[in-house]
Amino acid sequence: MTTNQLIYLIEGTGWTLLLALTGFLGGGVLGLMIALMRVSRVTSLRWLSYLYVQLVQGIPLPVLMFLSFFGLAVAGFNIPAFVAAAVSMTIFAAAYLGEIWRGSIEAVPKTQWEAGESLGLTDFQQMRDIILPQAIRLSIPPTIGFMVQIIKNTSYSVVIGFIELTQAGKIINNAIYKPFLIFTLVGAIYFSLCSPLSRLSRRLEARLRSRGA
Amino acid sequence: MTVVPTMAPDGPIVAFNDVHKRYGAIDVLKGITFSVRRGEVVCIIGRSGSGKSTALRCINGLERIQAGELTVCGKDISAASRSELRRVRQDVGIVFQSYNLFPHLTVSENIMLAPRRVKGMDRATARTVAEEVLAKVGLADKFDAYPEQLSGGQQQRVAIARALAMQPQLMLFDEVTSALDPELKGEVLRVMEDLAAGGMTMILVTHEMAFARHVADTVIFMHQGRIHETGPGDVLLAPQTPELQQFVANGL
Repeated sequence: MTTNQLIYLIEGTGWTLLLALTGFLGGGVLGLMIALMRVSRVTSLRWLSYLYVQLVQGIPLPVLMFLSFFGLAVAGFNIPAFVAAAVSMTIFAAAYLGEIWRGSIEAVPKTQWEAGESLGLTDFQQMRDIILPQAIRLSIPPTIGFMVQIIKNTSYSVVIGFIELTQAGKIINNAIYKPFLIFTLVGAIYFSLCSPLSRLSRRLEARLRSRGA
Repeated sequence: MTVVPTMAPDGPIVAFNDVHKRYGAIDVLKGITFSVRRGEVVCIIGRSGSGKSTALRCINGLERIQAGELTVCGKDISAASRSELRRVRQDVGIVFQSYNLFPHLTVSENIMLAPRRVKGMDRATARTVAEEVLAKVGLADKFDAYPEQLSGGQQQRVAIARALAMQPQLMLFDEVTSALDPELKGEVLRVMEDLAAGGMTMILVTHEMAFARHVADTVIFMHQGRIHETGPGDVLLAPQTPELQQFVANGL
């Protein structure tokens, strides 16, 4: 394995991280909207967001990738593989983050809403000043845990030919045919990205539990 | 604190008129009628499931009634919109059994939140108000503490202070000492006695019979969704109905 090939892998790792970050940020924004819609007083919003979550959670990520990349191309939008992958990751992450955060919002006792309501606060003020700050605290461990899923799932973008870590490994392997070496290396890189996040998530969860929050 | 009445001060501040409340098929309130004057202290007593907490929670609109009329601070809240209800809630403080302080905020932030957000009070004024109400419940030194650092009795006193900071015309207390051990009950009851002595209009759902007898102007005994017996505090010494006799006998 040459230095150039190693650099190629590291570049692929960079793209993996960028894709994961984009998916997390995009999915975060959309996911927050989904979470708020899921707990909304408005029936149609609840219904719409529920449908979204069910739909996305029922479709494999590679299929989402195919749809964004080839589907949109057929419809006349020629988009780069990175954009298609990022859009897919966003759609995917939003559905799961939305559910994680809905759970966190609902885990804040109903009596907290009542206390805020009784003081004359509006729904928006109750959400912003009372519920969300507590929900965010509860949501941090599962959210970090889900970032691991996002990082690993970026590898599905091989199906649309985006050159991230897995695809880079595949390309190098096609040149030198040392699959065991290369994919061990690729696996080790994924592991070194994901493992600290997993451990952080578990530590935060333990701390939250010990505080009795 | 000055209370500016929004209506004729001699009219009742709360008036139930044949109020009904159902949860599904269960009739919780089967037509209750009573009224509360300004400055009056009313204790509602009764077994669990008698509808006493529900009646209390109707007063600030946490529970909506299905039939009858309910007037609070001069406003018919049975038909009130959400924004009208919010307006009424500014005048009606409530304290809950489980304190319901906001755990992510300090004591002073708990108290200042509503005056600032709802009344638009500036930070300095809200701070002064917070200091005042905390002194009133004897917790001036807990200004920057978090709720989890306080005992149950202290948390409940902060909850009272938080409600007082809105300068309500009426205070509701929903079994506020039921979660406290006897030692801590006393400090909360004393704060409530002080409030009553200061002329605050108070409606309490309580199991504290001694408190009801000595502090209440009126005791209302609820039984199976109805007002079964009512009278001055001494009614507890000489109940007229067998149900209240039995309730009092079991309670002492």
